[in-house]
Amino acid sequence: MQAVLERAAGGEPVTQPKGIMRWVRTTNHKEVGTLYLWFAFAMLMVGGVMALMIRAELFEPGLQIVQPELFNQLVTLHGLIMVFGAIMPAFVGFANWQIPLMIGAQDMAFPRLNNLSFWLLPPAAILLVASFFAPGGATAAGWTLYAPLSIQMGPGMDMAIFAVHILGASSIIGAINIITTILNMRAPGMTPMKMPMFVWTWLITAYLLIVVMPVLAGAVTMLFTDRHFNTHFFNAAGGGDPVLFQHIFWFFGHPEVYILILPAFGIISQVIPAFARKPLFGYRSMVLASCAIAILSIAVWGHHMFTVGMPAAGQLFFMYATMLVAVPTGVKVFNWVGTMWEGSLTFETPMLFAIGFICVFVFGGLTGVILAIAPVDVQMQDSYYVVAHFHYVMVAGSLFAIFAGLYYWLPKWTGHMYDEKLGKWHFWLSMIFFNLTFFVMFFLGLAGMPRRIPDYALQFADFNKIASIGAFGFGLTQLLLLYVVIKCIRGGEKVPARVWDGASGLEWTVPSPAPHHTFATPPVVE
Amino acid sequence: MDGSYHNQALLAKLAVVAMAMFGFGYLLVPFYYKLCEVAGLNQLQAADSVPRNTQVDEGRAITLQFDANLRDGLPWVFRPLQTTAQVHPGQFVQVLYEVRNDSDQAVLAQAVPSYAPQAAALYFRKLECFCFTQQSLRPHETRQMPVVFLIDPAIPGDMPTVTLSYTFFEIEGVRPQASANGKGRDVARL
Repeated sequence: MQAVLERAAGGEPVTQPKGIMRWVRTTNHKEVGTLYLWFAFAMLMVGGVMALMIRAELFEPGLQIVQPELFNQLVTLHGLIMVFGAIMPAFVGFANWQIPLMIGAQDMAFPRLNNLSFWLLPPAAILLVASFFAPGGATAAGWTLYAPLSIQMGPGMDMAIFAVHILGASSIIGAINIITTILNMRAPGMTPMKMPMFVWTWLITAYLLIVVMPVLAGAVTMLFTDRHFNTHFFNAAGGGDPVLFQHIFWFFGHPEVYILILPAFGIISQVIPAFARKPLFGYRSMVLASCAIAILSIAVWGHHMFTVGMPAAGQLFFMYATMLVAVPTGVKVFNWVGTMWEGSLTFETPMLFAIGFICVFVFGGLTGVILAIAPVDVQMQDSYYVVAHFHYVMVAGSLFAIFAGLYYWLPKWTGHMYDEKLGKWHFWLSMIFFNLTFFVMFFLGLAGMPRRIPDYALQFADFNKIASIGAFGFGLTQLLLLYVVIKCIRGGEKVPARVWDGASGLEWTVPSPAPHHTFATPPVVE
Repeated sequence: MDGSYHNQALLAKLAVVAMAMFGFGYLLVPFYYKLCEVAGLNQLQAADSVPRNTQVDEGRAITLQFDANLRDGLPWVFRPLQTTAQVHPGQFVQVLYEVRNDSDQAVLAQAVPSYAPQAAALYFRKLECFCFTQQSLRPHETRQMPVVFLIDPAIPGDMPTVTLSYTFFEIEGVRPQASANGKGRDVARL
């Protein structure tokens, strides 16, 4: 066995396993990247089905399809699976595929750790999904797993805690791998300020992951010992404090939302210059803005907890710190628009998704600033306004950026052009159905509809019906994406090495499809 | 190769950072309690200070309702000896709660107060309370426990009725002195 694993000079296993073992044992960054992306798509479908069950229940007032217990379980698992199973692995998939190609490295720094960090994910996903069948069902404490509710739940909660541990370990290993690759394996001449924005944003994201994922691991470990080993971290009986859990959770949780959006900023910063046929406007300020967002993100967690009885000084601090995040984010939006200004724009699917991202993400960002105002937040918290806000950031932000990146790099990965016409259909349907689903939720929230409740007052019926129709449309539209991707893998118009005439970067100097091994001799960057 | 040595050195450093951050999560626990103590927040187990203005406001009366709850599984009977009272803001009040252990074992429990409306908590000044200490009851022991308090005359007029509710939580498996999790100090102090 050892002989098989011995590597030849080129980094190629002497004999390459065939069939399923090729994927189980692969250490190639491109194959691991592909695994991550397929896993993320599968989880998008699983989490999506849960979302559609929620929307089906909310289609009409009253209880029709799921009972309140199951409804809360679905809401919880939808959140956990989309955050940890779909969005994060999708970005790690992009990092695996693209970072070595963009910095001229042969592979990731630790290929076997790379394999490990991917294969930790499926067991965690199975734990989460299987927890529905545990006695008492899956955890229904919300994706934030707030104590004391999470201390009281059945074994499904323990399965979720273990799943979070595994997912956290996978993220930390992946982040260490990415940082090491970026810091140590760049091609000669690739100085930090020449790195593509996607690489920069991932470097910052990976540092954030290492700083905050262990804190989440600590928080759920405390929950676990509170549940089974008579500690009283969050248990009021022994002098513990449930509010403490919220502090520790959001110390992780707020940087986490920037972990979910910074790589998206990176992708958009690659796509827009390519289709504007201009270099990125304000590269240096983009790098600094990303760093500023990351640093600020660690000091704003209290805005999730304005109503816990925090003193006014604390509310004001978190309110102003949160509003400050809008400054570097605004710099980014300004720079993207500046890049497009007087460019020779064309509107292929990646560019459509990138422009769509900017338009709709700004909605999410601005409603975030509104929610950051402490007295306003007291009114709006736990309403559908919040649900609309974070879906504008997570779906129209992170997910649309993932789509933009997918259409942008898919021809490089497969060697075939995707079906442009279907891609545009995918964009327009996604955009329309997304807004149909979530825009009305702003009004529902302003009118006072609470989140995480399977029933609602009659006056909310019409808007909920619209949102449910939009959700089903959005869900079905993603099957179109699956079709486009499979069609592109199977065949299509052959593409040259430089797929997009306006694109720049080392990834466009290798042939399409990118061969199994690239940059055996490092390229030299001018 | 030279490069892989550098990689492993960086891996080790980053792994140490991750480990340290796991510890930091736990460090937040004493930090939080210290911060609350400094800020004077959440001091449920300490007597409140008497407000500077202790003149009794005879001009209005507040209806107090007393409520008692047990967290699931605690084999006690717990009730207030009076369910309501009319008091003037600024007036010292003493009420009695009675608790009885129905089990054959000694049970240790802690009462945690809560108020409705929530904002009333700011004006409820407890000078003596059974919730300041853990209560240990021998098998079938009955105990009457006082709460001495006053309502701060600064209480706004929109709270004509205030409910004071206590919930007893059983402290399972841990004796206060032998608490294993570093918060033993806090528990012992209660």
